[in-house]
Amino acid sequence: MNEVLAIDVENAVKFFGGNSRWWGGANASRLNGGSSAPAGAKVAVDHVSLQVRRGEIFGVLGPNGSGKSTLIRLIATLLIPDGGRVTVFGHDVTAEPRKVQSLINRVSVEASFFKKLSPMENLQYGARLYGVSAGETTARVLEILARLGLDEKSIYRPMEEMSRGMQQKVAIARALLSKPSLLLLDEPTTGLDPRSKRDVQKFVRELRDAQGTTILLTTHDMIEAEALCDRIAIIDGGKIVALNTPGKLKSLIRHNGHAPTLEDVFLELTGKQLAAEDEMPGALAI
Amino acid sequence: MTTMAQEFKASYAFIERNFNIVKRYWAWELVWLVYTVANSLAVSYIGLGFEKLGGGGLDGKYFVLYLAVGTIVWRYLSVIFYWVTDLVGLERWEGTIEYTLMAPITRFTHMAGQTAFAVVYSLIHTAVVLAATMAFFNITLAKANLWGFLLLLIAGSLSFIGISIVGAVLPLLFPERGSQMTHLIIAMLLLVSGVYYPVEVLPQWLQVFSWLSPATYVIDGARAALLDGAPTPSLWGYVWPLLIMGAIAIPAGLRIFHWAEAYAKRTGKLHRNG
Ligand SMILES: Nc1ncnc2c1ncn2[C@@H]1O[C@H](COP(=O)(O)OP(=O)(O)O)[C@@H](O)[C@H]1O
Ligand SMILES: [Mg+2]
Repeated sequence: MNEVLAIDVENAVKFFGGNSRWWGGANASRLNGGSSAPAGAKVAVDHVSLQVRRGEIFGVLGPNGSGKSTLIRLIATLLIPDGGRVTVFGHDVTAEPRKVQSLINRVSVEASFFKKLSPMENLQYGARLYGVSAGETTARVLEILARLGLDEKSIYRPMEEMSRGMQQKVAIARALLSKPSLLLLDEPTTGLDPRSKRDVQKFVRELRDAQGTTILLTTHDMIEAEALCDRIAIIDGGKIVALNTPGKLKSLIRHNGHAPTLEDVFLELTGKQLAAEDEMPGALAI
Repeated sequence: MTTMAQEFKASYAFIERNFNIVKRYWAWELVWLVYTVANSLAVSYIGLGFEKLGGGGLDGKYFVLYLAVGTIVWRYLSVIFYWVTDLVGLERWEGTIEYTLMAPITRFTHMAGQTAFAVVYSLIHTAVVLAATMAFFNITLAKANLWGFLLLLIAGSLSFIGISIVGAVLPLLFPERGSQMTHLIIAMLLLVSGVYYPVEVLPQWLQVFSWLSPATYVIDGARAALLDGAPTPSLWGYVWPLLIMGAIAIPAGLRIFHWAEAYAKRTGKLHRNG
C-alpha cells in the first residue's frame, strides 16, 4: 500500500427502480453485501472494477445509457452504491463522503447553473462552497476563462444568454476553482462546436501536465478518447468489456487492410456502433 | 476552530446567491411585495367591515388591529417557510442541486445560510407590511412593545425553520409533486394557529394542534406586545415554548433531511436524467 490510488472501484453495482418502496424497503436489503438487483430493476453499473492512478487521464468510453454517468455519480458521492466499494485517494465514498468531496469536482453534460445569474455570480457561489475567497475567485476566473477562450464581457451577463459551448467552459472553470485532486468530466465536449471542443481538450491536457490533476473522463467520441486518455475502459450495458491503453486495445483485434481504429475495437467487442460525433445528449445513440 | 470558520464562510455562499437571485428578479420581487401588502390590507379591512355590518356594538378599530397582527405575523412565518422549503425545489428547477449537494459542507451550514437569508428577507417584508398597515388605518404604535414583538418573531423563526426543513424533504423525495405538497403543511398551520380568530372557536380536537403549533404562541404573544403593550418580561410565557419547540424541531428537521438525502442518493432521485 505504498501508492494510494486516485480511484479504486471494486465490483461496484448500482441499480434503479424495481419493487422499491418510497421508504426504501428494497434498497435496505442491498446493503448487506447482497448486490443482486430486485425484480424489475435496471442495472446501470454491473460489477465494475477499475483503478485509476494519480495523475492519470482515464477514459470511460461507451454509448448512451451504458452507465458512464452513473459510475461518475458513484465516485462523486451523488449516488450510494448498492454493492461493491468505491474509494477516492483511499477514502470510502459512503463512509467518508465529506473527505471525498473536498478532493473532487465534476463537470456534467448539462451545464447546470442559475440561469439568470452571471458566470461570475455562479462561480462565486460555487467557489465559496469550497472555501475559496471572493478575491481569489475573481482573479482565477478571469485567468481560467481567458485560457479557455471566453471573452471577458460575457462573464457579467446572465448565463442564459450564452451558447452551450461557452456555458460548458464556465462549468469547467467552476470545477477548477476548488483545485480538485480528481476531476470528473462527464462528456465534457458533447454537443460542442469543433473549436470549443479543441479548446477543452487542450485545456484538459494542460491541466494534467501542469498541476498533476487526475482526470476521469467519459465520452462517446473515439478520437477524443484516443487523443486524451492514458488508459480507456470500454463500457457497455453497465459492464466493462475491455480496459487498456489505446494502443493495446487496438492490438486486441486484427483487421485486414487498414490499421484498426478504436471504433473497430468497439464494434468488435460490443457489436454496436458508437454515437455520431456531434450528437446532442439525450438522443438515442445506438 | 478553522473548520468552524470555514463552514461559517461557506454558509455565506447561500446568502449571497439568494441576494443575487432576488436582485436579478427585482421586478418580480416588487410585484410580490405589493401582492403581500394588498393581501394583508384586505384582511385588516375585514375589521372595519364587521363594524359596519354588525351595527354599533363592535369596536372596529380593535378588530383591525387584531387581524393586522395576525396577518403580519403569518406573512413573516410563511415567507420563512417558503424560502427554506424551496431549498431543494429551487435548485432542482435550475439543475444545480447535484453541485450543491456534492460540496464538502455540512447540511447544517447549508441550512444556516438559507435560513439566515430567509429571516432577513422576511423581516424586510414584515416591516413594509407593518408600515403600510399603520398608514392605511392611522395606527400609532406609541404604546406597543416593538422590541418584545421582534423577540417573538425571532424566537418563532427557530421552530418554523425546523418545520420548514422537514418540508424541504418533500421535494427531495417526490421530484414531481413535492413542492406542491409543502402547501399542505402551511395550510394546516394556518387553520390551527389562531391567525385570524381565537383558537377557542375551533373544535376541541383541533385545539390540541393549536398548542403544538409554534405560530399560536408567536401570534398570541405578538398581540399582547402590540395591542396591549405587554412589557418584555411578561412575554416569557410565549417565548419559552417557542425556544423548546425550536430546540426540538431544528435537530429533528436536520436528521430527517439527512435521511431523505441518503434515500435520494440510494434511489437516484437527485437527478432526473443525464
Ligand atoms: N436516476 C436514475 N433513475 C433511474 N434510472 C436511471 C437513473 N440514472 C440513470 N438511469 C438509467 O441507468 C442507465 C445508465 O444511465 P447513465 O449512467 O446515465 O448512462 P450514460 O451516462 O452512459 O449515458 C440508463 O438506462 C438510465 O436510464
Ligand atoms: Mg451520461
